[in-house]
Amino acid sequence: MNWSEFFNMGGYAVYVWGSYLLAAIVLGLNVWLPLRKYHGQQKMIRKKNETTS
Amino acid sequence: MIFQKFAAPKYFYPLAGKCLPWFGWLCVLTLATGLYLGLFVAPPDYQQGETVRIMFIHVPSAWMSMFVYAVMAGAAAIGLVWKIKLTDSFITASAPIGASFTLLALLTGSLWGKPMWGAWWVWDARLTSELILLFLYLGFMSLQSAIDDPRRASRAGAILLLVGVINLPVIHYSVEWWNTLHQPSSVARLDGPRIHSSILIPLLVMMAGFKLFFVSVVLLRMRSIILDNEANSRWLQEQGA
Repeated sequence: MNWSEFFNMGGYAVYVWGSYLLAAIVLGLNVWLPLRKYHGQQKMIRKKNETTS
Repeated sequence: MIFQKFAAPKYFYPLAGKCLPWFGWLCVLTLATGLYLGLFVAPPDYQQGETVRIMFIHVPSAWMSMFVYAVMAGAAAIGLVWKIKLTDSFITASAPIGASFTLLALLTGSLWGKPMWGAWWVWDARLTSELILLFLYLGFMSLQSAIDDPRRASRAGAILLLVGVINLPVIHYSVEWWNTLHQPSSVARLDGPRIHSSILIPLLVMMAGFKLFFVSVVLLRMRSIILDNEANSRWLQEQGA
């Protein structure tokens, strides 16, 4: 397989790769933001448990 | 009733935590397979050339945008009737994911429309009804955050969701009811799919990957919401989260 041909996507590279990039950003944010919040909560709970016990 | 037992946050929270890694890794595996099939195995379309690969993102996002809304509305109806606490956290957790899929469907549709139709956007029935779906999601989320009393917020949100359900058949049938630029359905047809298996299989795999993505993220978000709501509950402190 020819890689430059693959990246060129028959001249539609901007549209095809643009779509995949947008998907990666939108799905990535949907994982990253809730994970960050969740880990923050876990840290808070651990801290709270340490001070009370 | 067994369902109500597992619907209690005390049981659901650890259960979701156990299921989450399975769904998450299965999702990664499925999406990787779908990307491989869609980018390397599927042939270019004889009319649309390589732009057809946009479909592997566009169509699953569009389907999910409607699926998530339908499930949220279903949960809203259950919540109104049986007053199960868990449906509220499910709906709240789902809304941003559904809105994301809707936005992704619109954006990738735009990137597909420009080279094929010659326009980023047309006020066509399919595109307009999908845009209304995005506004329904955004409207639901702002309504939820505008009402302080959680019980009133969930009732008002449920009513908005149920009224908005009317938009789903409009989106689905828009390509038949109106003369539109958007192509008609080629998969969800009564007489069976009308696309070749070399394109249909990667599409269905991506679809499964997007569904698993929704389940994984919804479980994660629901765990966060439960932690917020039950911060002072004894069961949470006993479990040590």
